[in-house]
Amino acid sequence: MIELAQAASTGEAVFFWILAPIALGGAVGLILARSAVHAALMLAITMMCLAVFYIMQAAPFLGFVQIMVYTGAIMMLFLFVLMLFGRDSKDSMFETLRGQRFFAICLGIGLAALLSAGLARAVSGMTMAPEAPWATGAQSNVEAIAEALFSTYLFPFEVVSGVLTVAAVGALMFAHVAKKGGHRGQKEHSRERFAPGVYPGPRPGPGVFATSDSTATPALRPDGSIEPASLSEYVPPRQLTAAETAPKHTEGREG
Amino acid sequence: MSPEYYLILAAALFTIGAVGVLVRRNSIVVFMCVELMLNAGNLTLVTFARTTGTIDGQVMAFFVMAVAAAEVVVGLAIIMAIYRSRRTASVDDANLLKA
Repeated sequence: MIELAQAASTGEAVFFWILAPIALGGAVGLILARSAVHAALMLAITMMCLAVFYIMQAAPFLGFVQIMVYTGAIMMLFLFVLMLFGRDSKDSMFETLRGQRFFAICLGIGLAALLSAGLARAVSGMTMAPEAPWATGAQSNVEAIAEALFSTYLFPFEVVSGVLTVAAVGALMFAHVAKKGGHRGQKEHSRERFAPGVYPGPRPGPGVFATSDSTATPALRPDGSIEPASLSEYVPPRQLTAAETAPKHTEGREG
Repeated sequence: MSPEYYLILAAALFTIGAVGVLVRRNSIVVFMCVELMLNAGNLTLVTFARTTGTIDGQVMAFFVMAVAAAEVVVGLAIIMAIYRSRRTASVDDANLLKA
């Protein structure tokens, strides 16, 4: 039994020393990546490593919840919002507060020093308690969490369900955009279309009277000038090469 | 495996997250750094649950995850609302309350 524990401890140490640098690298990449999408992927790496740490520390339930909730749901939410806007918004390196980055790093070093000093004093000589029933396998981890959750922590559990509901409704309210103006039916649309000064017919399609029917080619008027209404506002018009503008012999006659 | 290593790793992750909150400008990245700090806190909770041999730390970490999920939903909705009205996700430009 002691040999088994020794082997498990060695395996844990090996995994820890492999994964801890990866987790730290992901965290450093999060604050160094210029692109927000890269930062999100770096954070996902760190969260996956943390999930493995939870599983190694006899918390398999939390490990899988970490993968499902954090890397699955929360990071997907972040990526969705990034795709909705600001996908290619780079962080400006211009400092609005002078020396802010320098002071931030100084504060970070100070925080690290404080935390490590406190840790060194508080937890040196601390060991893992081996006798927990959910750690040795006498009682499953999920069972132990369920027992605590539905007896000791029943009220906080109910409050959390309320918090989640309120958060979902609040997010809906924030994200909802009221439609401007009332409903416009066929009558209003028709009146608008035949109002004086508006051309009621269909607009000329691209490539009409031209030698190419590409959407990038504007329609030509009978006098050869470009019809501006046929230019799409999304597709940029293309400069055709001489070979493209030459007659294509589509009328069955040789040039 | 001594628990100190996990605690030191959690402290390092927390510090990196705090520096990220101070340094980055993009509000979404700042938000991700806050998530990293929450994760570091969770790691300490799980580690202490193991050192004490009780399940309570894991239950606390579970609650932190649930509240973090709610927080992310509301926070991202606020960032979206700010972006929609001001066309920017930078924390420097949101100075509407400035006197």
